[in-house]
Amino acid sequence: MTARGRDGALARRMLIGLAVVVAGIVLGMPLAIVLVEAFARGPAAYLAALADQDTLDAIRLTVLVALCSVTVTTVFGVAAAWCIARFDFRGRSLLLTVIDLPFSVSPVIAGLVQVLLFGRRGWLGPFLETYDIRIVFALPGIVLATVFVTLPFVARELIPLMQEQGAEEEEAALSLGASGWQTFWRVTLPNIRFALLTGVLLANARAMGEFGAVSVVSGHIRGATNTMPLQVEILFNDYQIEAAFAVASVLALLALVTLGLKLALERHQSGTHANEERPT
Amino acid sequence: MSPPLTLSRRLALSLPLAAAAIRPAMAKTRVELMNVSYDPTRELYRRLNPAFAAQPAVAAEFDVAVRMSHGGSGAQARSVIDGLDADVVTLALAHDIDAIAAAGRLAKGWQARPPDNSSPYTSTIVFLVRKGNPKKIRDWDDLVRPGIQVITPNPKTSGGARWNFLAAYAAALDKAGGNDAQARAFMKRLFQNVPVLDTGARGATLTFTRRGIGDVLLAWENEAFLAMQEDAKGGFEIVVPPASILAEPPVAVVDQVVDRRGTRKAAQAYLEFLYTPEGQEICARNFYRPRSKAVAEAFGKVFPQLTLFTIEERFGGWTRAHDTYFADGAIFDQVYQPGG
Repeated sequence: MTARGRDGALARRMLIGLAVVVAGIVLGMPLAIVLVEAFARGPAAYLAALADQDTLDAIRLTVLVALCSVTVTTVFGVAAAWCIARFDFRGRSLLLTVIDLPFSVSPVIAGLVQVLLFGRRGWLGPFLETYDIRIVFALPGIVLATVFVTLPFVARELIPLMQEQGAEEEEAALSLGASGWQTFWRVTLPNIRFALLTGVLLANARAMGEFGAVSVVSGHIRGATNTMPLQVEILFNDYQIEAAFAVASVLALLALVTLGLKLALERHQSGTHANEERPT
Repeated sequence: MSPPLTLSRRLALSLPLAAAAIRPAMAKTRVELMNVSYDPTRELYRRLNPAFAAQPAVAAEFDVAVRMSHGGSGAQARSVIDGLDADVVTLALAHDIDAIAAAGRLAKGWQARPPDNSSPYTSTIVFLVRKGNPKKIRDWDDLVRPGIQVITPNPKTSGGARWNFLAAYAAALDKAGGNDAQARAFMKRLFQNVPVLDTGARGATLTFTRRGIGDVLLAWENEAFLAMQEDAKGGFEIVVPPASILAEPPVAVVDQVVDRRGTRKAAQAYLEFLYTPEGQEICARNFYRPRSKAVAEAFGKVFPQLTLFTIEERFGGWTRAHDTYFADGAIFDQVYQPGG
């Protein structure tokens, strides 16, 4: 009994140690390298690299694209999750599969599809050209490509939660005379708010970091259609290694802040759960 | 951000007329030109663009901003065909601009318009080797020796790689007395020595210089000079083979775009600037061989002498060269076996 317990403790320690080592090599070291390389020429050079006009434009564009695409993803995610969790309809499993499509399709394909649809020689190309509307190689194309890759995040967070919660509270609200919108704002939304925020944060992280899909539709116009990940590649290829790592470190920082917020949310959430469950 | 909307475009078109009517000789038109270029010209156009905007004749009439987009030559041509609104294209080889012309975006006779085959600057293909040339690489047939690792990008996506391929092929033909079968066997051995095919010239350069892979990089001369300049430790040297290809990267105004945006005059002035003494000197300073004899003489020490042959002489022009060597199932596909 004691021998087995010691073995168990040893195995546990070894497994934990292994996990820590792997995480350190795969996650920790690259992050450290990004920061070390970014500051290789000191903080002044770091700030100068970030103050470059093309880089500032890239940061601005990235934030704008993330705002637009996360908004779309959120509205879609809430609507889709509500449909799927509350109703049984023909095509429900098909909708579930379609939501997962961006997880299984390569982002490069997502970008190519935009070009094949909205490009000058695409299906809608002649129509768009007649009205002088630009989709690919401009902001709309970048937003569309980003929406495609971020689409599942919010819906996937909400569906299991809403299925678990059931519709009782909403039915109660409706039977007490609340309107549809009142029910949504006062009952549904407060119930899903933490999962919703988690989904939004994950979608935002993905939106800011997306490279493949955006690379295909961007056209790489400097100071106009380069997002931060593309700017990192450009700077690296321009022999401006420190600047590339400086921009990369900002991207990494944004990701870390996102994860930190998510962690704080989860802590807060489990705290409130504990409060609710405590007998009064 | 996105290209100007209809209204602003209309304004841009009508502004010169309106301004001329109201305030003669005072108004400057704000023009934004987009130059879609290939990979190694990043540093060149970073210096050419402000010099162009500052030209007295240009500055008197326009307030010009030039936007740049860089990438593999073939991929860039593809984007312009798919709707990227380039006022001018400055690509690695004529075939890529031919493809844009075939898609109807510019007139077929584009190459006859500006002088010198539409190429204001030229380059050639040289070898970049590690300091001291430890593998003693001097000529093209050294590349096929067993145990030599050669870095060159993928001719399917990179313009520079196509020049590399044709330069090597011509050298092989000369050794084999013009025998195609032997030249193909030579290329097969050469590509057996290639451990990795990058998509663009800059990627291949970084593979060789920063990742430390390979014994020799087949590179644009300008790209090789730049890599030496960027390397503070002096870890590389350039080997110029006795004979190589005269690479002529062409430039063109994209008719469909400039006519719609009303930027033809500025776009044309931009390309003409490349041929001026000042433009030529900037090219030479960035290691592109200038067309101007005077500037070429002034920079004579920079550019080594070697026998240069053109693609027209040896391969009958880009259309034929493309079909024979780089089309699907053509000679490149026959000699290159991935992992082989």
